[in-house]
Amino acid sequence: MLSKNLFISSYCHVKNNTISFNGNVLFSDDSQDFSGFVKSAAKHLNTSYPKLYKMDNLSKLASLAADAILSEQKAQSDTALVFSNRASSLDTDRKHQASISDTNNYYPSPSIFVYTLPNICLGEISIKHQLHSENCFFVFDKFNPEHLHGNTEYLLHHKKAETVLCGWVDFDDKNYEAFLYLVSENGNIAHTVDEISRRYRSKL
Amino acid sequence: MSELKQELKEKIIDILNLEDLSPSDINNNDALFGDGLGLDSIDALELIVMLDKDFGIQLTDPKQGKEIFKSISVLADYIAEHRKK
Amino acid sequence: MPNIEKNKARKGVAITGIGIISAIGNTLEENRISLLSSQSGIGDVTQIKTKQASQIKVGEVKLTNDELIDQLNLPKDNNFTRTALLGLVAAKEAVKNSGISIDASIETGFISATSVGGMDKTEIHLKDFPSKRETQKYVSSHHAGDSTQKIADALGINGFVTTISTACSSAANAIMLGARMITSGQLDRVIVGGTDALSKFTINGFKTLMILSDDVCTPFDEDRKGLNLGEAAAYLVLESDEMTKNKNVLAYLTGYGNANDAFHQTASSETGEGAFLAMQKALQIADLKSSDINYVNAHGTATPNNDLSESMALTRIFGEPMPDFSSTKSFTGHTLAAAGAIEAVFSVMALQEQTVWPNLNFRTKIEETGLEPTSVLKTKNIQNVLSNSFGFGGNCSTLIFSKR
Repeated sequence: MLSKNLFISSYCHVKNNTISFNGNVLFSDDSQDFSGFVKSAAKHLNTSYPKLYKMDNLSKLASLAADAILSEQKAQSDTALVFSNRASSLDTDRKHQASISDTNNYYPSPSIFVYTLPNICLGEISIKHQLHSENCFFVFDKFNPEHLHGNTEYLLHHKKAETVLCGWVDFDDKNYEAFLYLVSENGNIAHTVDEISRRYRSKL
Repeated sequence: MSELKQELKEKIIDILNLEDLSPSDINNNDALFGDGLGLDSIDALELIVMLDKDFGIQLTDPKQGKEIFKSISVLADYIAEHRKK
Repeated sequence: MPNIEKNKARKGVAITGIGIISAIGNTLEENRISLLSSQSGIGDVTQIKTKQASQIKVGEVKLTNDELIDQLNLPKDNNFTRTALLGLVAAKEAVKNSGISIDASIETGFISATSVGGMDKTEIHLKDFPSKRETQKYVSSHHAGDSTQKIADALGINGFVTTISTACSSAANAIMLGARMITSGQLDRVIVGGTDALSKFTINGFKTLMILSDDVCTPFDEDRKGLNLGEAAAYLVLESDEMTKNKNVLAYLTGYGNANDAFHQTASSETGEGAFLAMQKALQIADLKSSDINYVNAHGTATPNNDLSESMALTRIFGEPMPDFSSTKSFTGHTLAAAGAIEAVFSVMALQEQTVWPNLNFRTKIEETGLEPTSVLKTKNIQNVLSNSFGFGGNCSTLIFSKR
């Protein structure tokens, strides 16, 4: 198979109340909790999108990271999404569970329940950037660059997509971490398992 | 009645996380769905929960919401007539 | 370059074994008999204590956890959740059905889908976890990967193992990933499918979305009132062509596609764009025209929204004449992450039996589309079956199963 060389064209971290893009800090504010951080980040980055505030934490996290990359590149409609994490939708699962286990105050919320699936964040990104592309969500013990790499290479070599936005978005209680990167035929960083791991570990 | 309308505006902003709005931004006759506040079907379900929780009104068919949630005025009238708490 | 996957798919991903446990049977043969006799498995909820009991109907597997544990010969102190129990029963049957032995000679992968994971046990024991030592074994069985790993260990899987969670299209995506790993030469054999048990978590959640019917579901009917939840597990053994020289091949997986509807977290768009794109991609990969499809096993949840949206998408793909189509969720209920695998097994059975499974409880055509599903058992020449699975988050998947 004649395979074109693929590159990581950009990447983004969201962690410790800091958003960074290609290794440079875009926004940082450690004075607030996560939802406060999201509000000020969205204002700072001018990503006006009222629906952001309706999302659960995992979708907010994924959207912030995706926005940093996709607004820069102007999202192509055949950008596939390949995401993964460890905690699945546990953060929101707990909220839904709490609302149904109290029989005296039994009012489960539809807008919480809809987020009790990890792949809803893929839907949110698809809606905002109008991506009718292929997407998949994997659950792993820990960041798994080999798997993401294999999947992405397949999608691009088989022309299933022009670009792939992939990575890790994990939200569990107060701990969260997002690392997303865009893979295409353009860029300076070779798309290899080593480079993915290196950028992931760089934390910036 | 105007108290109820004010209360509803505050509740809707709070429950539906309408971050950029304040009660004074919502007119009593503004459409809540579609072009108005841009609410969607999940928001409608959330308002159905609110009717049950705060006013003791139970809707069984989500389609009923279409009429009731037309605007703050229509909603307030409906609640005033049917509330059980 | 653009035809690489097409050509490889033509080379064939063979299905050499299937296994299933659902509301209409604890074995393949029981499921087959229920389908052939149009016998639905939907009824009142008996295995879960829920205040919604009088307001819902469900597709329960008719075995208790203890009976499943006995059947599997598990030790008394096991920490299998119902999701894992159902999964292991179906996966073992698929292996047996295929006649393969999993050993060091061939790397065998396992890709399993679930959305509920170990929630069935967690919701019972959550409050007792801190104080009751005997319940704590279920803490580690909560997460989505637990059932996958347990089944993989029990089968002696020696290759790639992963879990997919994309809501109600999860198992279809597990099957698709398995097929791709075969066509791209990463594996020669992989067991794919999904498992989900009923839980209060999902019953209450779907209830808040007001999409549960209080009666048996009526897919594609004008007066449909919503879905019935179900529980089930099903797995398929996929093998590359080279592996199947002297083997009985049940069917081939010839097409697969996935697309996002990009419309709403839980609702499908009016035009069924995601569904349309998924079907279109699958047909392209299978190198088939829409008129080559003899039977469509629809997603057909019986919610007002899905059935209308899917009907629009079907009309856009097939036009006139519409092939025979039906939703077997009228037999099993909507089995969530497992649904794609359940319906994959039913699609293979449709090819084996040359029979269209009926869409039970249908009476009146949907006014907007005028489409009429096949509502009685129908025997005919079936070469290609297309099966749809759509999930919350806009995740739409289509699989195509072929006879040759």
